[in-house]
Amino acid sequence: MADFFSALSQHAFLQTTVATALLASIGCGVMGTYVVVKRIAFLAGGIAHSVLGGMGAAVYFGFDPLHGALPAAVAAALLIGWVRLHWRAQEDTLISALWAIGMAIGVLFIAKAPGYQADLMSYLFGNILLVPRESLWFMVALDVLLLTIVTAYHRQFLAVVFDEEFARLRGIPVGFFYLLLLVLVAVTVVLLIQVVGLILVLALLTLPAAVAGHYVHSLGLMMLIATLLGAVLSITGLVLSYGPDLPAGPTIILLAGAAYVVSATVTQVFDRRRARLAAAWSRSQGEIRE
Amino acid sequence: MNPVIDIRSLSFSYGTVPTLSGIDLQVAPGEFLGIVGPNAGGKSTLLKLILGLLQPQSGDLRVLERSPRAASRLLGYVPQCPSFGRDFPITVAQVVQLGRLGQGGNRWQALWPGRASGADQEVVRRALAEVEAGDIAKRQIGSLSGGQLQRVLLARALVGQPRILILDEPTANIDQRLEGEIFDLLKLLNARMTILVVSHDISFISRYVSRVACVNRTLVCHRTDAIDGAVIQELYGENVRMIAQAH
Repeated sequence: MADFFSALSQHAFLQTTVATALLASIGCGVMGTYVVVKRIAFLAGGIAHSVLGGMGAAVYFGFDPLHGALPAAVAAALLIGWVRLHWRAQEDTLISALWAIGMAIGVLFIAKAPGYQADLMSYLFGNILLVPRESLWFMVALDVLLLTIVTAYHRQFLAVVFDEEFARLRGIPVGFFYLLLLVLVAVTVVLLIQVVGLILVLALLTLPAAVAGHYVHSLGLMMLIATLLGAVLSITGLVLSYGPDLPAGPTIILLAGAAYVVSATVTQVFDRRRARLAAAWSRSQGEIRE
Repeated sequence: MNPVIDIRSLSFSYGTVPTLSGIDLQVAPGEFLGIVGPNAGGKSTLLKLILGLLQPQSGDLRVLERSPRAASRLLGYVPQCPSFGRDFPITVAQVVQLGRLGQGGNRWQALWPGRASGADQEVVRRALAEVEAGDIAKRQIGSLSGGQLQRVLLARALVGQPRILILDEPTANIDQRLEGEIFDLLKLLNARMTILVVSHDISFISRYVSRVACVNRTLVCHRTDAIDGAVIQELYGENVRMIAQAH
């Protein structure tokens, strides 16, 4: 661990890496909370995976894959959102299809990309150590965009996420805000792809927010705790993976998974115990009365 | 005075099976209308048409002299089974606050960015006090009993300052003592707004409402004092257990 911190002070790339992890955790905490409470992890998974189509096309035409990822993610979000709003009967089939088709397009583009063969593994599983310094400004811009929109429209988002039918009756354009929410999820996916790659994005999007949801009961607090937790998990994952030279993305995900399992078990045991105590207490009250 | 709800020869079907056909109904301002009928008779569908959540296939439907969708912000709706999950992390006050969006019928108010104003919070506080739920404002929605949840949903409908209050089986999941309390409250609210309430319990609501509409694909209206065994038999099409009632 000491290795990591001495290396951190010496190597600029490691500082960039830590900054990447911190910037990504903001999106992960804020949008992850919406994904968890609205139960749209499957939709988010569809968006994340079909992004490979855009990244592959960017590689093929010689652009930065990250710049292909953003429009692809937004397009996937709009398409998947449209399916969910207007085609509910076959929602799961259609979203699975988009999920797979996006990936297939990406793999074909990458296979036929001229010249330098891009490393498919680093898109799928991320390579946070290779994030260039210029990408940080791109990530800052995405975070600012995200926070501005969520701050301005948190009431409308809450209304749509909590009770769509009632929101519609209050005159809120539910379709618009639902699609906007998915587009912001797409932006977050692009942020997180740099850290853990597009296959593992889903875990970082949902697990910190789900753990936060075990302990706090308001969206704002959930977002704050999930952001902090996402930062702690990704930095810890980096530190742990650095010494033995493990890939950082999967290490971070395993940590997040472990945190979730421990937290879920603890809260379950605690809740059961509390229910037992409450039952015993009401029984004893009954006996006293008799 | 013009009716606040004006329905003329309205028909609606899900797919090919007609759910409602040839419905005529005029609701006068200040009326307390009970809507009864057998399960799957079309009661909730009629409410959804009035709220603009469904579009009729034929016929004419005006609410407050405009289209149902344009009028929806002027209505207060209390659903039978809320569409949200009980484990959603939200407090009672936050739920009621959502009813302030689009209040006053203002289309752009629903798009206004930023937080709820102090005035909004005051309206929420007063509405919770009115439904006698002021003490649970900070509780999580998932920790409420059925009766408390109904009061909160009623408060959420009231903070939008509705001209018509529409309730779908507001007492389906609560015990009889609370049922009386909720209807006593509705009776008070009726002094300042028109109320439509769907119920399965015709004998109970006839103590409160001024008129009963019986929906079973078609609609027949009865004044409360004209309801007897024959009417109920005609409506439900079979023998129902009659409970002695005094008007």
